[in-house]
Amino acid sequence: MSNNESWGTRVGLILAMAGNAVGLGNFLRFPVQAIQNGGGAFIIPYLVCFLLMGIPLLWIEWSMGRFGGNRGHHSTPFILDALDKRPFWKYIGVFGIFTNLAVAAYYCYIESWTMAYVYHSATGTFDGLSQSQVAAFFGNYVDVFQSTTGIPFEAIIFFVICLALNTFILSRGLHGVERAAKIGMPLLILFGFILAFRGLTLGNSGASAEHPTASAIDGLNFLWTPQFDSLSNPKVWLAAAGQIFFTLSVGMGSIQCYASYLKTKDDIALNAASAGFMNEFVEVVLGSSIVIPIAAGYLGLDWVKENAGFGMAFQTMPYLFEKWGPFLSTIAGVMWFGLLFFAGITSSLAMGTPWMGFMQDEFGWSREKGAISFGTIVLILGLPTVIFFSQGVFDEYDYWAGTVSLVVFALVETILFSWIFGMDKGWKEINMGGDIQVPVFYKFVIKYITPVLLLFVFLGSLLTPIGNNWQEAFSQLFSGNGWTLDNGSIVKQITSAGLREQIATATDPATIEALKDKLLYISGARILLLSVFTGIGILVYIAHKRRLKTGGVA
Amino acid sequence: MNTTALIIMVSTMLLVASINAYFFVKVWRTPPRPEPDSFDENDDEPR
Repeated sequence: MSNNESWGTRVGLILAMAGNAVGLGNFLRFPVQAIQNGGGAFIIPYLVCFLLMGIPLLWIEWSMGRFGGNRGHHSTPFILDALDKRPFWKYIGVFGIFTNLAVAAYYCYIESWTMAYVYHSATGTFDGLSQSQVAAFFGNYVDVFQSTTGIPFEAIIFFVICLALNTFILSRGLHGVERAAKIGMPLLILFGFILAFRGLTLGNSGASAEHPTASAIDGLNFLWTPQFDSLSNPKVWLAAAGQIFFTLSVGMGSIQCYASYLKTKDDIALNAASAGFMNEFVEVVLGSSIVIPIAAGYLGLDWVKENAGFGMAFQTMPYLFEKWGPFLSTIAGVMWFGLLFFAGITSSLAMGTPWMGFMQDEFGWSREKGAISFGTIVLILGLPTVIFFSQGVFDEYDYWAGTVSLVVFALVETILFSWIFGMDKGWKEINMGGDIQVPVFYKFVIKYITPVLLLFVFLGSLLTPIGNNWQEAFSQLFSGNGWTLDNGSIVKQITSAGLREQIATATDPATIEALKDKLLYISGARILLLSVFTGIGILVYIAHKRRLKTGGVA
Repeated sequence: MNTTALIIMVSTMLLVASINAYFFVKVWRTPPRPEPDSFDENDDEPR
């Protein structure tokens, strides 16, 4: 069965690409990163990294995708193979399918939380709950053996519904994805504007008796006040590069897959820039104007300083919306979690397409079969993250698939594109059919600056110094005291050094037993991820052999 | 809100929003390529 799908409209393609990039991190990760890394000054390294690493990576991935697509490849193993004939590239390309499956496994779980919270907001579950009760609700929800509303195994049920919805949309092909983006993205932006407007105009009208001086403007002030001295700290630059990297969904293989359905003469220079800036708009304008101002407006700045993090979305926001009265709180809850749901589903749909494209190209599967197999794999891979959430399985997936794999793959594909495929050919690919001319200095940036920045991001994760304190680490190194690694560095994570230290220092037998169990679950998660990677590698090998037998190009 | 924070916030938001709008409008206004292109909105027959 030939894979001759196509996008319906150009705007639909851009919305789908922007939807792929816009995720929960735009609203939850960006403002927290800004607060922790220099406030308003963070925007300087952030925008510098966007221009020198983010946009170039988008152009690289769009170009690679279109180049491979015009040779009949719609997933990274054979897209990379088309760029250079050395046989190992197709196995490096396995990252571009593996990452999507593994990230979808836990990402769809988060997506199902947003779906469940839309339901709970609409049905008034949070009415009259105190702040601690709303926070406890989340803890009960993710414990699958507890029921928050009488629905048994509620977290699993919402997870399955969410997967079924993803599978259904994916089975409609690119047009299904495009339609979801055309509905989801405008609604996301509309909901974001309404909530941001409410947040920005809150003033100190919401200040409670416990926090009489609370003001939403304090939150904005806190977020945007620049600490320019932070710019000399490498940690801030690495955080900015990391944020740009993760917000654009680069290094996953999904952008290449979407772009592989373009024809040679179609523009990618303008399309990629437009999709990239749409993501930045959602992140910088909307992402900074909702969670932090609203939280500061009710709970005060001190609370925000202590509690800013991912958990605020689910553990705090429903309580804050309750302050707006029964009607408005329902609307606000539905909008907030609906916004997060749209951000999530437009990304998870993109994660399904590389696997589907691969099976359609290489094994002649129909898109329905591809979609159902994607849903099934994600269900099998995702259930351990749902059932053993508190045992660290979720975090393990996030770390290896959602962090390390992305950086490794982006670094390698950039080197392949600019150094092995060659910058002259690469530059021609980027500008071919372009509706804008990419400034010529980007030829230098893509060849030298982007790979070096990616190398810094990778080394920064591999060798993170203790406490992520780079200034102190360099000072110790130059004093001859060596380099002490943080337990969060890749090197230490491989051996689970942090967990082993906890086991060694624990004295309570029950705690030691629980930590040992956690180690076991984490090892199981790693074996599972490794098996998936190996399995895809074997499929690529089989596909390669089939192509040789049938006289294919690989 | 202090003045520096306000200036940085407003200028950053305006800059990002303007560039986003510029690119999106440019996409919107660029006439479609002659057939065959990648998009089936202007195809004679559905694929």
